[in-house]
Amino acid sequence: MSTIALYNDQGGAEAAMEAGQENSSSTGGAAFGLFSSDFKKNEDLKEMLESNKESLKLEAMKRVVGLISKGKNASELFPAVVKNVASKNIELKKLVYVYLVRYAEEQQDLALLSISTFQRALKDPNQFIRGSALRVLSSIRVPIIVPIMMLAIKEAAADLSPYVRKTSAHAIQKLYSLDPEQKEQLIEVIEKLLKDKSTLVAGSVVMAFEEVCPDRIDLIHKNYRKLCNLLVDVEEWGQVVIISMLTRYARTQFTSPWKEGATFDENNDKAFYDSDSEDKRDTTEAKPYTMDPDHRLLLRNTKPLLQSRNTAVVMCVAQLYWHLAPTQEVNIITKSLVRLLRSHREVQYIVLQNIATMSIQRKGIFEPYMKSFYVRSTDATHIKTLKLEILTNLANEANISTILREFQTYVKSQDKAFAAATIQAIGRCATNITDVTDTCLSGLVLLLSNRDETVVAESVVVIKKLLQTQPTQHSEIIKHMAKLFDNITVSMARASILWLMGEYCDRVPKIAPDVLRKMAKTFTAEEDIVKLQTVNLAAKLYLTNSKQTKLLTQYILNLGKYDQSYDIRDRTRFIRQLIVPNEKSGALNKYARRILLAPKPAPVLESSFKDRDRFQLGTLSHSLNTKAAGYQELSDWPAVAPDQSVRNVEVIEPVQEWAPSVGKTKKSGKPKSADKFYSDDEEEKKEEGSESSKDSSSSSSSSSSEESGSESEEESSEESEKTSSDSGKSSSGSEKSSSESESEPKKKKKTKKAPQKKSKPPAAFSDSDENGNGPVAQASSSSAESSSGSETDSEDSDPPATPQKKKKDVKSKPKAEVKSKVEVPLLDLVDFSPAPTNAPPSSVISSSLISDLEGLSLSNITSTMQVTTPSFGPVKTYELLHHMTGKGLSAKYHFPRQPCLYEPSMVAVQVILTNGSDHSLEEIHIGERSPAGLNIHCFNTIERLEPEASVTVSMGIDFSDSTQAAHFQLCTKEDQFSVSIQPAVGELLMPSSMTEQDYSKEQGKLLGMNETSATITMATANTSRLAISKQVLSVCNVGEVPSSQNTVHRFAGRTVSSGALVLVCLELKESSTALLTINTEKSVMASMLLRDLKQPLVQA
Amino acid sequence: MIHSLFLINHAGDIFLEKHWKSVISRSVCDYFFEAKEKAVEPENVPPVLQTPHHYLISIYRDKLFFLSVVQTEVPPLFVIEFLHRVADTIQDYFGECSESLINDNVVTVYELLEEMLDNGFPLATESNVLKEMIRPPTILRSVVNTLTGSSNVGDKLPTGQLSSIPWRRAGVKYTNNEAYFDVIEEIDAIVDKSGTTVFAEIQGVIEASVRLTGMPDLSMTFMNPSLLDDVSFHPCVRFKRWESERALSFIPPDGNFTLMNYHVSSQNLVTIPVYVKQNICFFETGPCGRLDITIGPKQTMGKTVEALMVTIHMPKAVLSANLTATQGNYSYDLTTKVLVWDIGKLNSQKLPNLRGSLSLQSGAPKPEDNPSLNIDLKIQQVAISGLKVSRLEMNGEKYKPFKGVKYLTKAGNFQVRT
Repeated sequence: MSTIALYNDQGGAEAAMEAGQENSSSTGGAAFGLFSSDFKKNEDLKEMLESNKESLKLEAMKRVVGLISKGKNASELFPAVVKNVASKNIELKKLVYVYLVRYAEEQQDLALLSISTFQRALKDPNQFIRGSALRVLSSIRVPIIVPIMMLAIKEAAADLSPYVRKTSAHAIQKLYSLDPEQKEQLIEVIEKLLKDKSTLVAGSVVMAFEEVCPDRIDLIHKNYRKLCNLLVDVEEWGQVVIISMLTRYARTQFTSPWKEGATFDENNDKAFYDSDSEDKRDTTEAKPYTMDPDHRLLLRNTKPLLQSRNTAVVMCVAQLYWHLAPTQEVNIITKSLVRLLRSHREVQYIVLQNIATMSIQRKGIFEPYMKSFYVRSTDATHIKTLKLEILTNLANEANISTILREFQTYVKSQDKAFAAATIQAIGRCATNITDVTDTCLSGLVLLLSNRDETVVAESVVVIKKLLQTQPTQHSEIIKHMAKLFDNITVSMARASILWLMGEYCDRVPKIAPDVLRKMAKTFTAEEDIVKLQTVNLAAKLYLTNSKQTKLLTQYILNLGKYDQSYDIRDRTRFIRQLIVPNEKSGALNKYARRILLAPKPAPVLESSFKDRDRFQLGTLSHSLNTKAAGYQELSDWPAVAPDQSVRNVEVIEPVQEWAPSVGKTKKSGKPKSADKFYSDDEEEKKEEGSESSKDSSSSSSSSSSEESGSESEEESSEESEKTSSDSGKSSSGSEKSSSESESEPKKKKKTKKAPQKKSKPPAAFSDSDENGNGPVAQASSSSAESSSGSETDSEDSDPPATPQKKKKDVKSKPKAEVKSKVEVPLLDLVDFSPAPTNAPPSSVISSSLISDLEGLSLSNITSTMQVTTPSFGPVKTYELLHHMTGKGLSAKYHFPRQPCLYEPSMVAVQVILTNGSDHSLEEIHIGERSPAGLNIHCFNTIERLEPEASVTVSMGIDFSDSTQAAHFQLCTKEDQFSVSIQPAVGELLMPSSMTEQDYSKEQGKLLGMNETSATITMATANTSRLAISKQVLSVCNVGEVPSSQNTVHRFAGRTVSSGALVLVCLELKESSTALLTINTEKSVMASMLLRDLKQPLVQA
Repeated sequence: MIHSLFLINHAGDIFLEKHWKSVISRSVCDYFFEAKEKAVEPENVPPVLQTPHHYLISIYRDKLFFLSVVQTEVPPLFVIEFLHRVADTIQDYFGECSESLINDNVVTVYELLEEMLDNGFPLATESNVLKEMIRPPTILRSVVNTLTGSSNVGDKLPTGQLSSIPWRRAGVKYTNNEAYFDVIEEIDAIVDKSGTTVFAEIQGVIEASVRLTGMPDLSMTFMNPSLLDDVSFHPCVRFKRWESERALSFIPPDGNFTLMNYHVSSQNLVTIPVYVKQNICFFETGPCGRLDITIGPKQTMGKTVEALMVTIHMPKAVLSANLTATQGNYSYDLTTKVLVWDIGKLNSQKLPNLRGSLSLQSGAPKPEDNPSLNIDLKIQQVAISGLKVSRLEMNGEKYKPFKGVKYLTKAGNFQVRT
């Protein structure tokens, strides 16, 4: 035979194989002729596998896999297959792996031969080879290799490649199911992997956690915030697993948000994020309930996932909100759940089940979507019944007529099971909503003449239940049913009618005995349930109307006595003793009437989903309504929240994580960096500045700093609002902020110094004034000084004070200049930039110097109007370049609202560049721009940006007073990315300060075409002066004009490019309406501005 | 999580099995067959079943059952969604999801299943990642394969799995760079007997076919994004940009994909493009009934209604139909009792009409209710909600791509009750 020849060729290594082969051939031989074809086929495969030709081997393996997929046994080929495990051909190798994983459990000894190949591959320099080797190795369910697997998992868990680490997380579960003894060691690995920051690993390791040690909640604490923040970027399947786990976690760690009197508005978070932990405890005592910021973090980070295309993710977020969110926030999930109803039938089934459970407790949230649950004739039966269930749950006084009209259509459905279910649903509506009980009853009575038996039977049963709730008025219906009795054959329905007759026999005194007579005739042929009710009816009639029915009753009781069913014999005997007086029956006889004709409580018609809420929504257990194996109970909220500090992470967050929220850092860091600017050394100051923001981020508010951009924007604006509102108060008021509390001493130091500086003669400025604006500047600053002198102590963001200080520093020495710049809150970002840019510090100094002077030159336009430094810092950070698009380089920008340092007609833009890749980026600069004539002042080329580092640079763009986006290219050494900056119309302005008289004078010139106005209804929260100016200033960069009337608020600004005046006036009228007027010759701008202003003023 | 998968055909034969953990005997499927027997129609089989030791979660699609076995608690939607992804992948690879195609490509399917799950947990479900590892069969490739002996398994490593953009593979090259988008809207409606709309809504989807070189970054803006009420996105869409600017900004996957699904806000009145005048009745005496249906245009936004089709699920008692159609053809399937009237283009001058008699099984009672009509139609070049794409821009690459947006309105679940 050729096989043997081949064997000889292949040499000694295959001794073991030979043994294996003999084995299999002996089994094959034993099968004789009967299985000869099969035997031959495999023999032929074996031959192919042992040939020298790759293609033959591959062909053979494909056929073997075909056999496996059909569930046919191919185990006797094991030795022949396993030899190819080290093949060079990838497809062949993969197929061998498939075979190996399938049969290793059955052929453990032979499987061991392949192990060394995998062990070798585990050391391969290529991460994918390492990964797949571990994958296959761990899938071989052979107990002897447990130690090898353990070792491999441990090594892989520390691998540099996230892919390999992910594989190791999968391997943990496999090893655990193979040998649960390894649990402790595996938990150690899980603990280590949970710390992993890669999104690739997160889902898999949480899966392993859920499988191996779901009760070890303590492992999650430290990773909680990280998991929340990674969530959006984790692959969809991992998201499901993580969200389910976090739902359970949150229920053990946070207190219930469902208590009465709790306040939940989003604004509340603000309070959490800038107060430290002690402070929080205070507030908890003061208020009945405040949500833990971590709790809020989870809710906030899962919300965008409701838009996922993966239905499992959406459902999972929905259940998280259902189980964790404050009651008034739950309704955001409904829209998404209803959306899922457009998906595949199976998805609909699960989603409808969950909605059914939800709609019992909270019908309100699904009511607006009622029509989405209307049944279509093409729906599958189980979908139809679920929709019906939900419609019934949603029924209330207001919509019941619509629902009943809809039910009328369903009752006629060809699907009789569904029609029957509809009748039950009508019954439930009738009992729940008393208004329609009568309508429902008459409708059901009409159905009694239906042709279909199941429909009639169901109606009878439901009518019986309904009559029980209010029997008095309905003897007509009972009579009608008695008439129908002959035609109804469904036993349940017959029994129901008999029961009704007996129960209300006094209302139908003539008919009831007649029905009994008919029953006596057919008694023997009836079903058991009907017989029982006949006996029942007889007994009741005997008690109420013994004259007519005595004989009939005795006859029936005799029939029952000899019935085949012992149940009926038993009942008959009991009834006889109870109702027929004889010497043996004692006292009980007297009470027979009271026993049998006692008033009975009406049955309650309930939803079958009523008790399903004991299971976590979205789970298998919920779907089956029984506890599935491995179901993790969702615990009740703890009465007192466990220690929150367990989730604090001591590790300093890498730059990458706080960089995206620079907008926020700017804010929280503001007081601090300002405090520190008096320290002697510039370098130190920078360090401190960044450190302090790190501090603040690693303290109670660390979570907030890691947040996704939009959230942080919103939050930072809140914070800044807070800061600005606080600023008016004494410094003790601002101590609340956690960040400030540490820097308290420094602050004091500063406040002491500030007045000193001010006392210097302002005349000194004139030296530095290049444009010859000296006198004006002097005048402005000195007047500002005098007006705000007292405030400056407590408020470092006080606008008029800043230019003045700056100028002083300009005069004194360059070093101080840098510091003073820090003091201007809007410039403090520049403060972070010098270090990473490697730009010579002098250039920064000079540029900021120019900026100051530019600011001054602008103020010279008219003698009465000066450009003031804005009193409100815009905090909206926009994304310029996403790190995914930018191959690691990400850029965000915002408008610092300071006069541009390069040219007065430019709008200043600050760009924060962050390197999110793992290698340093070189030569970051601005490439070509469009439109071609676009005037951009670029930032200096950044020579090198280290991984995880970020740098802030300033640019100036001349938008020519239009909101058209400026497109340009952001280039690194290797790549170019097209980006664009689109300014909001409010950013194209410069604040201008003027007196009330000047204002009205200017306004007088800008009437007619130049005036745009609208009447708006203000949110009540916005009517205070402070609130109005805050809202207006948040939208546009204008200056407030002092006003003598309390109800009129005026703001003035100029467009940056052309210097056209823009006057905004808000006149409050009665009942919270207000007239918003904008006067400017740029009418397009005016209408845009009007639109932008309206929104924040109208909304609270 | 997912323990095993069985593929079962319409007749109830298991034609493929795959186990990700230890082997489970296929006898577990007997419980499923029992339920299938009970449910009569394959659509009515409950998707989740309990057996003494296992839980069976199944989907029914393209006349095939995908039955997965799980042993412990798992979100059922997780499994259902995954099974649909398997079906999608098979369809994507072989053009169709059918028993014969799966049998022809059993090795590829098996390799795919192997890559998609590891120990029952989804590993790679992105078709881009999968295609990098296992190439879909093409005629050209199979010729090349037979000549050179090379295989369908990619020798490249699945780098896509590592990238932060797992849906797009690197190094895509095309000579013709094109990006086409189809805005498809479906009208879901229930119209009652009297012609009043009981319920109507518009669901839309944007299907994309993007063949662009390199790493293009696209952004799409709408003229009227406020129309969109509820949306769901392909993972490539940057949610934050949508939140802030109502613009879709994304690095697209290569090839065909669904960019977004949306629901048009319910405040907007839904225009119903056609009206139906119908009269179906069954006579109490004599085994017959009458049918008379006329369809006319209602609000078609100036476009022609095409591919008009009426499907009626007749009551069981209807034996045959003897009808005449003024336009199009009709057919009545005796076994499924489905009457299909294929009209084609709607001519507003001469309205299509179908009338005639239905013969009923003698002796059977008159059907209780009239069957409802399901309407299918298409209107080209218009999205019925009025949604319009205003701009499509591409950043990140130098070349000028061909761009195109097509609009189409279809009837989704459009039902007329009679």
